[in-house]
Amino acid sequence: MRTSAVTARVLSQLRRDPRTIVLILAVPCVLEWLLQELFRGGPVFQRAGPPLLGLFPFVTMFLVTSITMLRERTSGTLERLMTMPLAKLDLLAGYGIAFGLVAAVQATIVSLVSFGLLDLHVAGPRAVVVVLAVANAVLGSALGLFVSAFAETEFQAVQFMPAFVLPQILLCGLFIGRDAMATWLRWISDALPLTYAYDALARTAADSFSTRFAADVAVVAASTLLALALGAATLRRRTP
Amino acid sequence: MTGTAVRVERLRVVRGGRLVLPELDCEVAAGRVTGLLGPSGSGKSTLLRAIVGVQRIAGGRVTVLGEPAGAKTLRARAGYMTQAPSVYRDLTVRENLRFFARVLGAGPQAVARAIDDVSLGDHADQVVSRLSGGEEARVSLAATLLGRPELLVLDEPTVGLDPLLRRDLWGLFHALAARGATLLVSSHVMDEADRCDDLLLLRQGRLLAHATPEELRGRTGRDRLDDAFLALIESGA
Repeated sequence: MRTSAVTARVLSQLRRDPRTIVLILAVPCVLEWLLQELFRGGPVFQRAGPPLLGLFPFVTMFLVTSITMLRERTSGTLERLMTMPLAKLDLLAGYGIAFGLVAAVQATIVSLVSFGLLDLHVAGPRAVVVVLAVANAVLGSALGLFVSAFAETEFQAVQFMPAFVLPQILLCGLFIGRDAMATWLRWISDALPLTYAYDALARTAADSFSTRFAADVAVVAASTLLALALGAATLRRRTP
Repeated sequence: MTGTAVRVERLRVVRGGRLVLPELDCEVAAGRVTGLLGPSGSGKSTLLRAIVGVQRIAGGRVTVLGEPAGAKTLRARAGYMTQAPSVYRDLTVRENLRFFARVLGAGPQAVARAIDDVSLGDHADQVVSRLSGGEEARVSLAATLLGRPELLVLDEPTVGLDPLLRRDLWGLFHALAARGATLLVSSHVMDEADRCDDLLLLRQGRLLAHATPEELRGRTGRDRLDDAFLALIESGA
């Protein structure tokens, strides 16, 4: 009940900002199209296209959540909510569901464009790509929520994107196979949640489901829960 | 309700390395409108934050409606209005109140009533960011009124409002008190002191006086409360 109140509120805030909605929905489509044009629809596009499709929502929701949460902290609304009968879990779940829904729309639209218009192919089921994209979005939201506690301004929050997200994209195996990485880089890669998100998407694209796929999904889910728990720990009812 | 709604004992608060409240004792009587007055920086907001349980304290004890401040059961019984308007600026007045009402478990009629209480009927469907500062503050106040809390802790609710509205809001505060609510209202404007049943005068984190406006006049022999406040400071009370 209170969770759905938070979800409804976050979504109506987003609805008041049509430009952001257009950016969330259109930018990934344009980027997929650019990628297709750049590599003339060849093997590089076919290899990188599906994982990117599944990772866009992660990046978007990381940013959107960290900024929204930062605003909640700086505007005093979080303090007000903390004096009200609202469980922290209601707040976190409300956010997670709202941005998960947005991510579902985003992933569906990018999938329709990529598979329908851009001739992107995956060997596995397309629906799994969309589901993974939504899971990644929730992971992005959870991480964004957590890091928002360490930003005092929106400038700082925006900088967390290159700081937290870009290294994960560089090391996830998309640019260079993890086998080809220096050992120490692979260790870092092992510790980053996006590595598993990428692997699950790549396996779906290649239709090579195995226990490793299940492990990937489990790691993404566990990372989400961990980030949410850490995020909950940063929501203090009493502040200095 | 009679008796004491809020009891503050030896409260000590340090914020950002600064000792804001060294050792404060005070009480707020139930069912009355108590004004918390003092200059900016005297520790008013810190005291209010400690009472609603969002302030980390270094020592002492705050008891609210018979329970320790910040207790879970108090969250539905006490309402808090922060000094800066704490509402969602990208939502309309009604959307804001509807959200907070759902969080408080208050019905839709509570939203209409709260809008009416703060006279924002004409702006109910306007986005808050388009409202004036005073109107935004009233949205914040309306959100605090939603659940009809037993204790209302209001941090400078009438700042920047036109005199007519200020009079109406003080009328509302007394009407709420008449129905049994306890109100603790901070202000740095002494001319509001006369509108309170009781006064807590705070300066540099210390309680200068706890009295009714009349008692204060009697004690200092000054007619204007502004002068009475000055007299208290100068006498080193």
